[in-house]
Order: sequence, then C-alpha cells, then structure tokens
Amino acid sequence: MDYAATTPVDKEVLDEMLPYFGKIYGNASSIHTFGRDAFDVIEKSREQVAGIINSKSDEIIFTSGGSESDNIAIKGVAYKNKDKRKLEGNHVITCAIEHPAVLAVCKHLEKQGFNVHYLPVDKYGLIGVDDLQDAISKNTFLITIMFANNEIGTIQPIEEIGKIANEKEILFHTDAVQAIGKVPIDVNKFNIDLLSISSHKIYGPKGAGAIYRKKGVKLEPLIHGGGQENGLRSGTHNTPGIVGLGKACELGKKRMEKDVSHMKNLRDLLIENILTIEESHLNGHPKKRLANNAHFRFTAIEGESLSLMLDDKGISASTGSACSSQKLQASHVLLAIGLKPEEAHGSLRLSLGRNSTKQEVEYVSNTLPNIVKNLRNMSPLWNK
Amino acid sequence: MTDIYTEKVMDHFRNPRNTGEIKDPDGIGTVGNPKCGDIMTIYIKVKDNIIEDIKFKTYGCVAAIASTSIATEIVKGKTLDEAYKLTRDDVAKELGGLPSIKMHCSNLAADALRKAIDEYRKKNK
Repeated sequence: MDYAATTPVDKEVLDEMLPYFGKIYGNASSIHTFGRDAFDVIEKSREQVAGIINSKSDEIIFTSGGSESDNIAIKGVAYKNKDKRKLEGNHVITCAIEHPAVLAVCKHLEKQGFNVHYLPVDKYGLIGVDDLQDAISKNTFLITIMFANNEIGTIQPIEEIGKIANEKEILFHTDAVQAIGKVPIDVNKFNIDLLSISSHKIYGPKGAGAIYRKKGVKLEPLIHGGGQENGLRSGTHNTPGIVGLGKACELGKKRMEKDVSHMKNLRDLLIENILTIEESHLNGHPKKRLANNAHFRFTAIEGESLSLMLDDKGISASTGSACSSQKLQASHVLLAIGLKPEEAHGSLRLSLGRNSTKQEVEYVSNTLPNIVKNLRNMSPLWNK
Repeated sequence: MTDIYTEKVMDHFRNPRNTGEIKDPDGIGTVGNPKCGDIMTIYIKVKDNIIEDIKFKTYGCVAAIASTSIATEIVKGKTLDEAYKLTRDDVAKELGGLPSIKMHCSNLAADALRKAIDEYRKKNK
C-alpha cells in the first residue's frame, strides 16, 4: 500500500536488464563491439522513454533519477540565465506543494540571488491559473509545477499552465515522477519544455531517470566530465538502469489503460470503505487525483503510531505526521492545503500499484478501523 | 522506522500498560501540545503517600506512547517522593534508549507525572 514511495522491478524489466550486468557490459562510449552494443541499446531505451511522453528520442537525457532530473532542469535553465539576472530573467514560479527535489532547488536559487514565487494551492491542492497569470512578470524565465502531487495525488491543470507559459514565452518544467504511467502525457500538446521522469516509480530499477528537454532549450550541465548525453550529463552510462527504465516506459505505456482502470476501481473501493470510519476524511481532490492515490486523515490519532500499527499487520503505508519525519515538521503539502498541524499528524497515504489486489484492499479495510479505534481509546483528544 | 526503536519501546507501544482513565483521580497531569503531535495525560490514585493506581492516555508517536507506558509501570507502587524523582533520562534508559530527535518532543511522561503529583499535593496540603 505504498507504491507511491517505490515499486518492485517488473519481471520483464529485470529480464531485459540482466544481460547488461555481465554478458554485454561494454561502455557505450567505447568504439569496439561491446561498446557499440551498449550504445545501441541505450538509443533503443531513449526511444522507449520518448514514447511514453510523445517526444523525440533525442530530447531525452538519462540521469540518476527524479531528483537529479529536477535539479538539472531548474538549475540548468537558471544558470544559463545567470548573466542576465541583474536585469531580467531572475524570476521563477513554482508552487507550495512541490516535491522537496524542486522546493530545495528553488530555495538554493534564492540564495544565489534569484527570486522565486511560491504559488499557493486550494484545499484540494490545486494551483489557481489566475494566481499564475498574476505572478508572471517580465523577469519570469521558468515555471516549474508538478504534474501530480506525491502525497495527496492531486493532478494540476498542466495543459492550461503549458498554454500560458507558451504564450508568455516562459519555459515550463514539470516533475512528472508520480504521473508517468498513470496519466497520458503528450509534451507537445501540453507545451512542456522540461519534464522529470523516475524509473523506480514505474516498476523500473532505482538509480535511473530521465529529463525530457525540448529541442532548443538551453541547459547548463551540473555534472561535467566526458561529455556524455550531449555534454549535458557526463558520466559513463548506467546501461542496465537505462535499459530497465526504457522497458518500464514501454510497458507503462502499453499497460496504462488497464493499470489505471484496475487501480481506480481498487482506490474507489478503498476510499469508500475507509471513509465509513467515524471522523475520517479524504485529503486531495475527489476527482482530479492519481488513480493509485488514497490519502486520509483521522481525528485524534497520530500517523507514526498508525503506520507502525499497520506495519505490524503487514501493511506498509506513509504518513505526513511530523513525528515520522527527520525534521519533526508536519508535511508542507498538508499544511499548504490548509490543514492544521494536528490534522496533518493524523494523516495516512495508501497508494496502490499494478499488482494490488481486491483482497489487499479488503484486508486493509478490515484492519484499519480497529487500529484507529485502539489508538483513539488511548488518545486524550478523543472524547467519544 | 521500527529499527530506530528498541524492542522494549516496540513492546510498550504494542502492549501499552496502564492505559485508560481513573474515575475520581487524586491527581491529573497533562503535558504536550497537539500541534507538536504529542499530548499525554497521567491519572494517579494515592494512598498513604504511595501511588496505588496509575493510568494514562497519550496522543502521539511510538516514542510518546511507549515512554508513558513504561513510566507508569516504573512508578506504580512507589512513594510520591520516589516517583517525583523520575526523569526523562530514566524513562529513556529503561526503554533501552530513544532516537535523539524524540528525546525532547515525545519523552514527556516524567513531566506529566510530576504535574499529577503536584496537583495531588496542592489539593492535600
């Protein structure tokens, strides 16, 4: 019940990867046969990745994962604009509920002298298109808004944002790590200039990812070296990881319709069952949410206790409670949608995957009410 | 997350001792803040200067629940003076240690207990 955190590597993906650890171990930059074999398979993977977002294969740059992709997209564009930043091109627009890989990069840019505008979100986690219009100034060079939120699953109006960015000639980056394989994405139709992809969220291996960069968008590389990936991302190619990402994208595209309808059915059943618990609430948008995301909050109990009680019953889940985070702060996403800290502490994310079953949903639905009840019986905040 | 907690912490979390309320308690102590995610109430029943019965209610994380549970276990049957000497460090030590980030926010049982004893003493001056 924590597929939004990560997914297992699909058997077909693993089978595709295995030869590239041993038998075909060449360096894609080498000129001999081994190297050329690796080169060829990397180019094939590039096409597979391009396929899931309808881009051209030469617009795909391989990275180590979603965080690196966000870093290179935002810093890469910002550093290209650096010379001008005293005069113009020093303004970035993002939103309050971005993944830390975007928010922390934006904070970093602020330290470098850039101005960052953090758009607020409504109680569902949606940004306002009017707010975006108002925030744009002549100095805005980048809008970075996530496709879908990793905690509450809210899907942003990406097509509208892309249209606005395109009209104002501002670059548009979106972190699509959670959306890939769950929402049909067309970078051309949506006017997306940069898009981040992670492999391990879509049944591929950890340590692999990609950034889509529309032809013509200029980036300053973050990792300098041998000049791989058109000089934008040096370092010997992670051939098995890239092959795995490619296959995961191919399968993700092929299975998207089936996966989405399967997960949606289970998610709706789960939400229906869980909301029968007294004083339980759904966080996020009732409709505009990822097919696999169910996010709840329960009055008068705390999420770390809840998660570990579930863990004892064999159920893995996440919480936005401060007590489970290293910083001891409630989730910035839940606070941004207007929850009080004490409400955020009682939150629970249950996320489904391709392999989730109805039995699992029923097991959770039968187990959770008792755990909530036990914790409430122990809670001084519960007076019923 | 479980491996950041000792076996003893997890035992007290899974099987908390002395949970509940005491009707007509001789002293009640509440500490914490729901904003921080931890709040605990300790109820005591005192006879001949000895904590004859003790119960607690805790809203909070694993560390908060386990530390209140063990604190009530330690002081049950002790004199008020002995119980009053219980410190946060004693509680953590008895649990086999707590993660350092949890030491200040969640390990509040000793404070709640002292508050309950203070209240009892004030009433019985």
